[in-house]
Amino acid sequence: MSTAPPPQVKSFNCPGCGAPVVIRGFGTALSVVCGNCHSVLDAKDPNFAVLQRFQVAERIQPLIPLGTRGKIRGEPYEVVGFQVRTITEQGVDYSWDEYLLFNPYKGFRYLTQYQGHWNDVTVLRTLPEVDTSGPRPVAKVLGGTFRHFQSSQARTTYVLGEFPWRVQVGGETTTCNDFVAPPRMLSEETTGSETTWSLGEYITGRQVWDAFQLPGSPPGAVGVFENQPSPYGGNLKEVWLVCALLLLALVGVAVFFTTFARNEEVFSGSYHFAPHAGQEASFVTDFFELKGRTSNVELSTRTDLSNNWAYFNYALISADTGQAFDFGREVSYYFGRDSDGAWTEGGQNDTAVVPAIPSGRYYLRVEPEMDATAAGVEYSISVRRDVPSVSYFLIAALLLLVPPVFLMFRSMGFEQARWRESDYTPAGSSASGGDDN
Amino acid sequence: MSPTANCPNCGAPIRFRWSSAVQTVCEFCHSILVRRDVNLERVGKVADLPADSSPIQIATEGVYRNRAFQVVGRILYEYEEGGWNEWHAVFSDGASGWLSDAQAEYAVSFAAPVTGLPAAATVARGQQYRFNGALYEATCLTRARYRGVEGELPFEYWNKDEVLFVDLEAHDARFATLDYSDPEPLLFLGEMVEFDSLRLKNLRQFEGW
Repeated sequence: MSTAPPPQVKSFNCPGCGAPVVIRGFGTALSVVCGNCHSVLDAKDPNFAVLQRFQVAERIQPLIPLGTRGKIRGEPYEVVGFQVRTITEQGVDYSWDEYLLFNPYKGFRYLTQYQGHWNDVTVLRTLPEVDTSGPRPVAKVLGGTFRHFQSSQARTTYVLGEFPWRVQVGGETTTCNDFVAPPRMLSEETTGSETTWSLGEYITGRQVWDAFQLPGSPPGAVGVFENQPSPYGGNLKEVWLVCALLLLALVGVAVFFTTFARNEEVFSGSYHFAPHAGQEASFVTDFFELKGRTSNVELSTRTDLSNNWAYFNYALISADTGQAFDFGREVSYYFGRDSDGAWTEGGQNDTAVVPAIPSGRYYLRVEPEMDATAAGVEYSISVRRDVPSVSYFLIAALLLLVPPVFLMFRSMGFEQARWRESDYTPAGSSASGGDDN
Repeated sequence: MSPTANCPNCGAPIRFRWSSAVQTVCEFCHSILVRRDVNLERVGKVADLPADSSPIQIATEGVYRNRAFQVVGRILYEYEEGGWNEWHAVFSDGASGWLSDAQAEYAVSFAAPVTGLPAAATVARGQQYRFNGALYEATCLTRARYRGVEGELPFEYWNKDEVLFVDLEAHDARFATLDYSDPEPLLFLGEMVEFDSLRLKNLRQFEGW
């Protein structure tokens, strides 16, 4: 059994500039960067040979300083490396940060940061199945289906700390393929002949700040990130569910009222009206009884009008209290034929519903009007008590649909914003980058 | 169970943790000792192993699929992208397997008695093979340097130089390794495992962790 002393953090002086350099990852580092002179050093070389010295336009301060320890999913991790990676699309550089986290027992994981959007990333140990038969490739792994988002060529543009691989600034580009299933994403990175798959899960800047106990506030997130969970997506299903339950209840209530409505005819009569000058057109009907609870009254007018109109002034009058409910109905029916063919306008019949009439004895006062030159009209009146009315239920149903439909449109807007940054610009929005294949 | 002998080189006592060990290394003079009948023959000497970062060490104990194991030896490999350890794990029922640690990515595998394995020259990345009914895809060809051995091994393994390994992955956590150390290739079948699932004891300590 080996009795070697426990591995320690190693410190040495940069062979390039003499500044102190630390190796935190014990024996795992292959490259370590001098943060002072920006030399990439061979961590396995006893003399830490300088492999590369890269030019920096300006020093970049990682949001999480190297050496900071935090807790990710309950395990302690230390920030040991930091790199900026860049893709160029239509002449514009887009850069994101990658923090390399290390635990000597649990190994490495990454945090990526782009415009305030963070991902907790681990290297995948399972090979995803990629299906390229459809218009948009999908990758399946760990029970999830990830849709292809974009392809890009990434290069490393800034490094600090140490890496368990040979890091190089401005070196070989990596072909990246991102697949998303919010809040998770899959990244396939191919450099030379080696392909690595990693799995990222979206986390907020606040979660990162809490995990590493960083002071102040994380930078705000800009726009919609490719695997950012939709703030509407999760709720939408629940809202639809609640809406469906309420609609079901509404149907129940509607069925109840329809089934138990009296819907009885309490009066009917047939009349003739001819507009003769000076003749008193108005008359009153016999009494009829409206029974039961306060409910509606439906008055139907049927006529034999033909290319003519009639106007009926109605008053439903309580014989008990004298209270009158006045309303007028115009019935007109025209038809003919023109260059577009046959046409009709209006109809011979009319139905009016008077809501909330208390029970009691009633009669109707009827006063028809017609054009003075008209020949006249045959018409009949029918009064029905407590008629089931679907329209209120339809209005209620429409109102119920407002919140989920509103949310759905918000959600669609969010998804549009997400996919606008992909290789698959959604229909109806202008292409803005991301179209490189 | 520990038959003891003495190192033919320095005379130090050699204690075997695993009675079926074919090879071991003297802890004191680092001689590589191979069993020949009842005798130990010195076949070479291990150079000092480089400081490495594996949390596993000889005598580490753990559990894999409800079977307890103990680490009794290892082979250390290096390649241009780093190094890894194949820890030789002996299970309570006497079976011998391998716990590999590549930069804290862990896997358990066992030698699979499969014949008709593809020749090294015919293997390429992306090719698919079926072993014991499961489909594997060659994802990585690694030319590694044999860097050293420690402890007890189930076979003689000491006079190696560069070795070709082919990693093959399935669409779940399973993987296969083709080992071209010898003229007759060897197949190891196993799966990636989570550190916590192994419930390891007697781990190395890291300063500050």
